[in-house]
Amino acid sequence: MELLVASAIGILTAAGLYLVQRLRTFPVIIGVALLTYAVNVFLFASGRLTIGAPPILSDAQTYTDPLPQALVLTAIVISFGMTAVIVMIALGAYLGADDDHVNDPTEGSETDKEGTA
Amino acid sequence: MMHWIILPVILPAIVAPFIVLAARYHIGIQRVLSIAGVLALIVIAAGLAWQASDGTVTLYQLGDWAAPFGIVLVADRLSTMMVLLTAVLGFFVLLYAIGSKWDERGRHFHALFQFQMMGLMGAFLTGDLFNLFVFFEVLLIASYGLMIHSGGHVRLRAGAQYVLYNLLASTLFLFALGAIYAETGTLNMADIAGRVALIDAGGSVGIRVAAVLLLLVFAIKAAVVPLHFWLPSSYAEAPGPVAALFAIMTKVGAYAIIRVYTLIFPPDLEVTSGLQGLWLAPAALATLAVGMIGVLAARRLDRLVAYAVIGSMGMVMIAIALFTQAGIAAALYYIPHSTLASAALFLIADLVRSGRTDLRLRAAPQIAGASLTAGMFFVAAIAMVGLPPLSGFVGKLLILNAAIASPLVVWIWAVVLGASLISLIGFGRAGSTIFWKARAVPPLEDTPAPSLSPLSYTAVGGLLALLIALTVLAGPAHRYTTAIAAQLFAPAPYISTVLDTPGKLSTPQEGH
Repeated sequence: MELLVASAIGILTAAGLYLVQRLRTFPVIIGVALLTYAVNVFLFASGRLTIGAPPILSDAQTYTDPLPQALVLTAIVISFGMTAVIVMIALGAYLGADDDHVNDPTEGSETDKEGTA
Repeated sequence: MMHWIILPVILPAIVAPFIVLAARYHIGIQRVLSIAGVLALIVIAAGLAWQASDGTVTLYQLGDWAAPFGIVLVADRLSTMMVLLTAVLGFFVLLYAIGSKWDERGRHFHALFQFQMMGLMGAFLTGDLFNLFVFFEVLLIASYGLMIHSGGHVRLRAGAQYVLYNLLASTLFLFALGAIYAETGTLNMADIAGRVALIDAGGSVGIRVAAVLLLLVFAIKAAVVPLHFWLPSSYAEAPGPVAALFAIMTKVGAYAIIRVYTLIFPPDLEVTSGLQGLWLAPAALATLAVGMIGVLAARRLDRLVAYAVIGSMGMVMIAIALFTQAGIAAALYYIPHSTLASAALFLIADLVRSGRTDLRLRAAPQIAGASLTAGMFFVAAIAMVGLPPLSGFVGKLLILNAAIASPLVVWIWAVVLGASLISLIGFGRAGSTIFWKARAVPPLEDTPAPSLSPLSYTAVGGLLALLIALTVLAGPAHRYTTAIAAQLFAPAPYISTVLDTPGKLSTPQEGH
């Protein structure tokens, strides 16, 4: 199970980083989403992997660490909201500039910002 | 009174929704509420700083839950100094935003501003690493809104870069937190500090990785080279007052590095020894060099100021990377100076922008109120470059002095002095092009005279006055930052205050 979870985190991270480096808004947003999945699984695993145990202190002999689950819950909410924000900003930039590059345009074609500010 | 600590976080959190709900269509009421909120913050922050000035560490347990399990806020000398600095900076930035009518150019400026203050205050006061992450996100969400305030596709593109970079940094932060939790089983800073000290050098791989990841995250926030790429575009394209407020955001990274690497991973800790000196010091030197070369190379005034911010972060990080008491004291003297100076420069760049077609460094017709603006630019540039007589010079002397014992002393002196010369040339060229050569260009007939607000000049003047005060009171200020550094290097009272204060359920009863 450790191998499976670890490689899942690794593959998600690698795919996410690859997509982020494409520097076009759509792949970048998908890449960020993959990275946040990877980090959520990683956080989940940081409390050790346990199967079939309750996440609360009870009479049972083993229990799952409840804290990473609370952390993951917070992280999911935050990353979900952030992804929504970047989708909206990227959409606005795309509609305004009519291209979906993340990078600044090169120096030669730099337009005067005062016209749009 | 213990509850005062939570007020800097709670007050903006109440004012902001109130502005949105009650004063949505009345910019006047929004302004009054916003100013009143920030003034109250200054009073509270001054009270907290006064309370902490004798070395008391005050603890606030949220919901009365005791430390390793509940979230705590901690006010020591360092936190309260940063909180006070934020509140004062926020006040002048707000004055400028009102004076220049930036707050009318988009919706919800004041509400976002208050949320930004809330995030900053929380990040400085929290005593819990995951809570630090949450407050980082709060201040970032507000800054995303402020960054793209009043729109335009150039600003939106810069905003997308900014959000993206910070999103990646947040992901990295979560990886670091996961690693720390896996290694120590806690996220409370004081508790981690105790447990990390118990890890022997043999079983240290995970905690080393976590320490490096955390350093990377905070270095991204502090715009340390080579992680600075998000800063120039986003600061240059952000509205003037927003960029001025962002001057404190890079210092959040510096604050977090100081806090984590004196409390959790102190320099003499065996597991992470060598991390600061080996990696942070060269990166800081590169930051200073890249920033000041950027000042020389910039073709627009706003980019020039953005690179000056990177350079001044390099200066701060050099002093921090020494990780000696004198070094930290010098860094803490330089942090308020660099915050106020870069904020003033961003505001002056915005004043110049309001009178010209663009901010390119070329001769253009004289702007309205040029002599006053030019004078202010002169003072702020002297402060930023670090020439006598202003506080930048004092701060630089303190840093050079603190570096004497370091093995990198030759490098530090060479880079600091060389960078000062380069930035002096950069600022001198920019100032003479924008303000002197303007006299040779005939004014255009059809340009409408922009209305100049006395409030804007008051805001810039206030920041400059604070810089002068920091220079005049350099002795007491440095004594105080030395006291802060002394407190940071003796963390035992901090740790015992956090961990030994009883709270609800702190003594479990027999048999539940």
